[in-house]
Amino acid sequence: MPHDQTTDPPATGLSRRSFVGYVMGGTGLVVAADLALGAAPAQAAGLPIPSVPQVPELYDLNDFLTHCTMPTSGLIAIHVDEQGDAHFALPRMEVGQGITTSTAMIIAEELDLPVERVHVTLAPARRELLFNQLTGGSNTTISTYTPIRVAAAVARKALLDAAAIQLGALVTTLSVKGGVIFDLLGNSLSYGDAAALAAPAQTKQVQVELKAAAERNVVGTPQRRVDALDAVTGRKKFAMDLTEVDVPDALPTMVCRAPDLNGRPVSVRNQAAVAAMPGVTHVAIIPTGVAVRARTFGQCIDAVRALDVEWKGGTVAGRSSADILEELRSAQLPLAVPRLGATTVEGDFVFHFRSGSALEPNCAVADVRDGTATVWGGLKSPIDAQSKVAKALGLPQAKVTVNVVQGGGSFGRKLFSDAAIEAAQASQAFGAPVKLMWHRADEPRQGRVHPMATSRVRATVLLGSVISFEQRHTSVSTDFTHGLGERLTAEVAALPTGLGNLGFSETVFLLSQELPYNFGVVTQLLNESDRDFDRFNTSSVRNIYSPDVRTANELIVDQLAAKLKLDPVAFRLKHLKSGIVKNVLRRAAELGEWGRQMPAGTAQGIAIHKEYKGATAVLVEIDCRRQTVDRRVRDAVTGPRVTKATVVVDCGLAINPLGVQAQMMGGFSDGMAQALTYSNHLVDGHFLEASWDNSAYTRQWNTPFEFRCEVVDSDREEPGGIGEAGVAASMAAVACAYARATGSMPTEFPINFHDPLHFEPKSFVPSVPASPTNGLDFVS
Amino acid sequence: MPKHTFQLNGETVTVDVEDDVRILWVLRDVLGVTGPKYGCGINVCKACTSHINGKAFNPCAVPVGAIGPGDEITTIEGLADTAPGDGLHPMQDAWLEHDVAQCGYCQPGQIMTAVALVNRVRAENRAITEDDLDSIRNVCRCGTYSRIREAIRTGAARM
Repeated sequence: MPHDQTTDPPATGLSRRSFVGYVMGGTGLVVAADLALGAAPAQAAGLPIPSVPQVPELYDLNDFLTHCTMPTSGLIAIHVDEQGDAHFALPRMEVGQGITTSTAMIIAEELDLPVERVHVTLAPARRELLFNQLTGGSNTTISTYTPIRVAAAVARKALLDAAAIQLGALVTTLSVKGGVIFDLLGNSLSYGDAAALAAPAQTKQVQVELKAAAERNVVGTPQRRVDALDAVTGRKKFAMDLTEVDVPDALPTMVCRAPDLNGRPVSVRNQAAVAAMPGVTHVAIIPTGVAVRARTFGQCIDAVRALDVEWKGGTVAGRSSADILEELRSAQLPLAVPRLGATTVEGDFVFHFRSGSALEPNCAVADVRDGTATVWGGLKSPIDAQSKVAKALGLPQAKVTVNVVQGGGSFGRKLFSDAAIEAAQASQAFGAPVKLMWHRADEPRQGRVHPMATSRVRATVLLGSVISFEQRHTSVSTDFTHGLGERLTAEVAALPTGLGNLGFSETVFLLSQELPYNFGVVTQLLNESDRDFDRFNTSSVRNIYSPDVRTANELIVDQLAAKLKLDPVAFRLKHLKSGIVKNVLRRAAELGEWGRQMPAGTAQGIAIHKEYKGATAVLVEIDCRRQTVDRRVRDAVTGPRVTKATVVVDCGLAINPLGVQAQMMGGFSDGMAQALTYSNHLVDGHFLEASWDNSAYTRQWNTPFEFRCEVVDSDREEPGGIGEAGVAASMAAVACAYARATGSMPTEFPINFHDPLHFEPKSFVPSVPASPTNGLDFVS
Repeated sequence: MPKHTFQLNGETVTVDVEDDVRILWVLRDVLGVTGPKYGCGINVCKACTSHINGKAFNPCAVPVGAIGPGDEITTIEGLADTAPGDGLHPMQDAWLEHDVAQCGYCQPGQIMTAVALVNRVRAENRAITEDDLDSIRNVCRCGTYSRIREAIRTGAARM
């Protein structure tokens, strides 16, 4: 059964909108639902895997992630307070993707309460949730939508039951408006008053019916972010904004790191001198470097620069990008179909390392004392963080408390707890609380990167038809050891036949990659060298394999269209399997005026992607004319300019269309950067990039003059994932447009990788640059 | 330790700290004013952008010893008070209207840059151009750039 058309009914035997929840005993109204409720991924056990279609059509990564949440019977609870406001601690992490807003909307909808009276916070690590507290794979709304609705519906029912007794009316005659319950006579009782009456002495199980689609008036409407006011007034608190009041005596701490990637400290030659520097309180070796604690971060930076450290060599000492490329090429799996002269269309693509770092650097607060540890941080795998911190400190896991703070972006980076572990180690070494932050220079140089990869594609055309399409993706290993790996280990037996023997990476690849075209025999295989975790620090950067895999695919799709003398849109429409993909493609072509006349040196490009139970189409216009490519902006990496972008997305039920549009814009900024400008250069054992003046992520001077995103009405009742859905088609569309504008298909990404470096690499010893003093010269 | 006095968001403040500590750390680590964010420490990401005497500057690149009692520093926390009325600054309102923020980390700096840009362009007696918007250096890793452009135009019209 194709997952994008229908959803299986829940296994409980209740109807699709009927669920069981709990009203908790005690004082105050607390209601609960099982976090595994309604998780009805495509049936996994015993499902035969046909050779066609591909796996993700039947059972994809999100089914897998949802499946993982099912056996963990942790409850999630909503509390209605005496003011009638609802409170909910979401067992997921907000990093900008908008889940606190969409979750508040889902609760507000089911509870008939204004959105601003629903208060969503982030739950600390809850070990009893096992695998069900990981924010990744764009899976939050897919997996939590039903349980949260059920809990809210239980709350509404408990409130109405209490009000019926108090008002002496039948429950069925009551109505709710803005958190106030009315009977037919106009008598009313607020949620706050009803909540005081609603709590039973003992926990009881209740059955509730969820709202029908036609009754919705919050879900599906554009809502601004619930934290927007805090964000624009500077009140929004990130981990490093915790002050003396939150964690007394947690002083700034930074780490001096090795010149080589993953080099490790042996000894400090001038510890006493550095410890005596102004503001400095502590200096100590931790496994990843030398930690310094001081009154201010500025004094930490000065101390890091002053440290004289003996280092062990790094994990790729002396190696450069070209060496890694050679390794990847030699590890490439063979293609099955031989090259057949004029009937073969092929490409051999290279995707370079790129930093996954957010604007908020890796950071965490830690207080380790008396055999316990407390950590605060933007952590997407808090249970995994708890376990790793415990292990690093030699403490039982139960002695470690992990508090989740909103994060300043993640893009896969915050799945790992690198800074939390370092902060705990530093706090233990110092015997004092720390507020540990990475210097920006450490981020691209020592932080987690999207792995370098090659993609070999060969397609065969015979008698006007595409009869085979093969892809061999070869990559430096992606590190999945952040809890998702544990899920895989634990759940591997439940996977569809044939998947159980694969490694983590191959499983994720197989569950996420789908070539949505009818191209005859299709094979897509991943090969990763399995010892790379020790060499490179990687993570599943936003959209994992898809941006690279799909860019290679879509460039070849354009070549196939050209070979068959068909327009790229017409060719895609002819070969696409899925109705929802065709629909977004048609709409993007229409909105973006596909096929309009463009001056020489400029062109349109279009691409599609199907993942996260939805589909995305992106149409861009690019200007590759000399005067544009060479435009001068001070200290800027300019190059080809995407002048216009149109994104059309079908993400199933869009809880918050405004949030969906925001994610598509962000995904576009990522995809475009990866196609044109953004990478890490590995030279002689270390990455050259050390700050935002080196790493050419999208900036205003690269931003399209026009950006439009349309969220189409979906025929599906369940929400899909949106946080990553915009990246792959954006990168592919920009690459396709560039190929059409220049008349030559790019094969190495970003396209400017081999241009002369636009910067002078910063020093490796000291490991961080000096803080400038000339800021007043640039006042504007 | 030397004492340093300057104006911060309409109030006179005095801090006891070494001359060479950059103003960003004086604000964040000594005074607990955390609106200006750290993103690079070398004046390239612009996340800490604040105003000095009404113009944009980056406190990560200015030692506290370089300013004096007459210098007025405005951070995002004090921006609303620089505009007439009790509400937010018009640029903050524009940011809300366009729902610009995603993670929000860069947005205090973005807004402070935007206000200074509009003031500068206005002083030059001209309208904001695409080139002006292209010249903004603030990094937004969530990629909200297009909404920032729209919000600046809306905010400028109301300033």
